[in-house]
Amino acid sequence: MIRTALLVAGKDLRIELRSRVLLWQVVPFGVMALLLCGLALGPAHAGNSPAGPGLFYLVTLLVTLLMINRSQAVERTSGTRSSVATLGLDPAGVFLGKALALAVELWVTGLVLLAGAVLVLHTALHGALVALPSIAVTLGALAAAGTLYGALTAGGDGSATLLPVLALPAFAPLLIAGERSFSAALHGGALWEWWVIAAVALVAYLAVGILLYGVLEES
Amino acid sequence: MPDAPPPVVALHDAVVFAGGFPLLSGVDLDLGAGTLSVVTGANGAGKTSLLRLLGGLVALSGGTGTVAGVDLGSGDLRQLRRRVGWLGHEGSFYDDLSVRENLTFAARALGRPTGEIAPAVARVGLEHRIDTSAKQLSAGQRRRLGLAWLLLRRAELWLLDEPYASLDDEGRTFFDALLGDVVAGGATVVVSAHDPLRSAALAPRTLTLAGGRIVGDVS
Repeated sequence: MIRTALLVAGKDLRIELRSRVLLWQVVPFGVMALLLCGLALGPAHAGNSPAGPGLFYLVTLLVTLLMINRSQAVERTSGTRSSVATLGLDPAGVFLGKALALAVELWVTGLVLLAGAVLVLHTALHGALVALPSIAVTLGALAAAGTLYGALTAGGDGSATLLPVLALPAFAPLLIAGERSFSAALHGGALWEWWVIAAVALVAYLAVGILLYGVLEES
Repeated sequence: MPDAPPPVVALHDAVVFAGGFPLLSGVDLDLGAGTLSVVTGANGAGKTSLLRLLGGLVALSGGTGTVAGVDLGSGDLRQLRRRVGWLGHEGSFYDDLSVRENLTFAARALGRPTGEIAPAVARVGLEHRIDTSAKQLSAGQRRRLGLAWLLLRRAELWLLDEPYASLDDEGRTFFDALLGDVVAGGATVVVSAHDPLRSAALAPRTLTLAGGRIVGDVS
């Protein structure tokens, strides 16, 4: 399972490096969205605004949805899907690999957006650094849940529309936990309690994905 | 006198439904090892569905069938898939990866040494394009990459979905020669095509499908 996971993650990351969709489309979109958030807040409110963590995770959510669709799309060409299916890869390993690749992509994007939040929203740098572990765990949980829901909606008509509708209820607790944890890092409060909620969600989604990904692929 | 070896493919009254629509509606078929068969018919006749059934890529809805000793109704289709090779007409690999990267992924997934890649690439005449991205290959070169992927597989059953589409005469001749070698090596090959094969040297069995049934069988 681990061997398959590393193989699939390596393949997905290599595809991203070659296609540069993350670099030239997703990250600029996220930075632009963050900039618009800063403009909407205005100079009087942007400085270390309490809305900063929420806006960071709002933009992260939009970026995550784009990346989930992209992660599934590379597998959905009819011939590729059939051909790869005949490789007989362990579905649990495929799930872990795709979730790992998506997590790495989200971590990279998250770092850029976090830098953007510091620059554009004037989020306190020290607080942003303190929030890094919780952001990493929250983005990992979003990657695991996103891979699961991406497989659930992929292949059907209107999957790009269906994904946010189905995934948002699952993402909402993660986003709330991430935002609360980030806010606590900036302004004080219960940092670790929210961090633990995100960590438990990460483990739960990984477990569900390992168990169910094969069924989703078959369907 | 020794018993005749069991057929690689044995279908009896095989039915496949998708979305309430019958893709195959009562197919009887026996194929032995080391044989080449061509499945012809109009668009929507059921050619691709038959190949997908033989590859364990769609479930048998009715009737009985075994492929490579695996029962299509109750057997482990994942095990069957590992024993077949699939080449789709759109391509069967990742467009953003190079020839070498695609084949490395396949070799590692199959547990084959990557040292087998160079001979497979040489066999299909793609040595000069080994570091070219798959999406930059011509239609004929993409088909050759698909063949190299199948050569790595060493599959018992080759399922080729309209492999002659967009191929020029040189490409067809090359393809015919390689299929001849594969069949001589003992593999069973099933090719779907709009028209019967032109190659007299291969002398395939030609099955004609219409409305999800075999309406013609010429050896």
